[in-house]
Amino acid sequence: MGCRRIEECFNGLREREEKGLIVYLAAGDPDLETTALLVQAAVEAGADMVEVGIPFSDPVADGPVIQGAYARALARGVKVAQILEMCADVRQRVQVPLILMSYYNPIFRYGPGGFTRDAAAAGVDGLIVPDLPLEECGELLRHADSRGLALVPLVAPTTTEARLAAIADVARGFVYCVSVTGVTGAREEIPPDLENFMLRVRRHVRLPCAVGFGIAGPFQARRVAPYCDAVVVGSALVAMAAGVPVGEREALARRVELFVCEIKEALRQFWGGLEVAGV
Amino acid sequence: MSLPDERGYFGPFGGRFVPETLMPALEELAAAYQEARQDPSFWKELDYYLVHYAGRPTPLYFARRLTAQCGGARIYLKREDLNHTGAHKINNTLGQILLARRMGKKRVIAETGAGQHGVATATAAALFALECVIYMGEEDMARQALNVFRMSLLGARVVPVRAGSRTLKDAMNEAMRDWVTNVRTTHYLVGSTAGPHPYPVMVRDFQRVIGEEVRRQILELEGRLPDVIVACVGGGSNAMGIFYPFLGDEGVRLVGVEAAGEGLETGRHAATLNCGRPGILHGAKTYVLQDEDGQIQLAHSISAGLDYPGVGPEHSYLKETGRVTYTAVTDREALEAFLLLARTEGIIPALESAHALAQAVRLAGEMPRDAIVVVNLSGRGDKDVQSVAAVLGGEKNGLPTH
Repeated sequence: MGCRRIEECFNGLREREEKGLIVYLAAGDPDLETTALLVQAAVEAGADMVEVGIPFSDPVADGPVIQGAYARALARGVKVAQILEMCADVRQRVQVPLILMSYYNPIFRYGPGGFTRDAAAAGVDGLIVPDLPLEECGELLRHADSRGLALVPLVAPTTTEARLAAIADVARGFVYCVSVTGVTGAREEIPPDLENFMLRVRRHVRLPCAVGFGIAGPFQARRVAPYCDAVVVGSALVAMAAGVPVGEREALARRVELFVCEIKEALRQFWGGLEVAGV
Repeated sequence: MSLPDERGYFGPFGGRFVPETLMPALEELAAAYQEARQDPSFWKELDYYLVHYAGRPTPLYFARRLTAQCGGARIYLKREDLNHTGAHKINNTLGQILLARRMGKKRVIAETGAGQHGVATATAAALFALECVIYMGEEDMARQALNVFRMSLLGARVVPVRAGSRTLKDAMNEAMRDWVTNVRTTHYLVGSTAGPHPYPVMVRDFQRVIGEEVRRQILELEGRLPDVIVACVGGGSNAMGIFYPFLGDEGVRLVGVEAAGEGLETGRHAATLNCGRPGILHGAKTYVLQDEDGQIQLAHSISAGLDYPGVGPEHSYLKETGRVTYTAVTDREALEAFLLLARTEGIIPALESAHALAQAVRLAGEMPRDAIVVVNLSGRGDKDVQSVAAVLGGEKNGLPTH
């Protein structure tokens, strides 16, 4: 399905007049079985897309919450191949797009050809690689295209007009807009220049735009929604799983479900919900 | 020599593997450096500070007693330890701080392992009144307590890094996270020839003064070029600095020395070029110590400055082309060389430089008496005295008493 599943996902959102919720989970914290359960819980609660993070030893784009999750997962010995197996397993049970987030070295080590082949076979639809900018993405893009996988690019508030135009040209699936100049992690405030940033992005990008980094819950999601097609919630969910014993994974899944429900509700109400109901 | 290419590649190595947030800053930095590089007034100002502030040129010193002890080639020491702040690091920090000022940056950040680059950065920042934050692994802060205090004295804020191995690699991660957050106001003053383009080429250019002086000095002293030049390699800046002006001289053997830690066979080492595989770390494609899954492995060395699982991309290229030979020296051998130089020449070398020295001693002994070996004595060892005392103190008769 790949790119097409992502396209259909955004088409559906547009028809239903709601903003999408992309949920990010760090694979393997506290273990892969729990991650699989949380993916399913999030989807049942209304997540429109799920991003699964492959742990990396040196995650330079991530704040302390995701760093911690990666370190715990690696300490337990989580391997890339096991994460792909988990994706294949989850794919049997959920229909939403699955995106793998990975720093480039694990993909490079695996081999971009083999990685995209195995990811596509596991039912993965797209890839996000935070340390692979436009200038370096050629090889992975070729392989991803050949498997129908969307290589989703990131843009940041510092991205220049010229870069936005060039990135828009090679974007697949959607464009991931980093809301702040900074690392991942929940934040209280929505950056004041977000509107300008998103206006700049929209001038160049035809594909749907998702906004991520710093969106901690329904409040921020509602604030960001007017500017984008979907919001990404990551660290806030990863923090919920931090330090939870595997024996309590069912209870954790219920908490995740509630949280996801709340955010998704905010995104549904935003577009039509409240105003339309009031007419 | 036209490497790197415009994308920052040395053959297959180098490039820019960083978050998009940083790409415009790297483009801006590359452009500013390109402009400064062609501006004679930039080099004139740098030269002024190198001479009158840092104390260049540093001597090329004939180590008479060390040579006699080895019974072979004539050993010369390039005395980078005599620079202001005690190591070659100041060459690069002065260059980059002038560039940062030119770019209008008000704040500089840096990572440091042994603390030498941190001290050199704090020094240059004090000199030009820039705000300065240094990231240092908690483990290294314990190993190099003296340098931590020096940085504080110089007005820098030293931020302990508690992630991962709590050493240089993690300090560099944290510095990159700071840069991602404060990129508009801040210059990241990378201390080695590692990192994304243009750092490897820029740091090399600021360090090549070492090799250029050696060439001039050895021609004056011996009337010919050396047979071998030896330098230690962590990230690789002192080695690139002394090697670079000799890359075209086929008769000059270039030897890079990595840290073999407790021995290459133990897995506890920092010998990236000897034992690693190509990968991506800290923004560059280069040799990396990593596992099957592409996770970066922990390096180990008695010397905090060599304790790094990556290496500058140009070194990876020079390994592949065969122009430079990369060997490795254990903690134990480095300690022996550390003591040997102290006893024979009255010079206490940095533990990093002691690795190069150990290799040079090994080589010189097998070479004829008219051969010439130059060692880059990249730093002085005052900072290491405590940790060496801790190691030797635990061993009865650890100190030779001849």
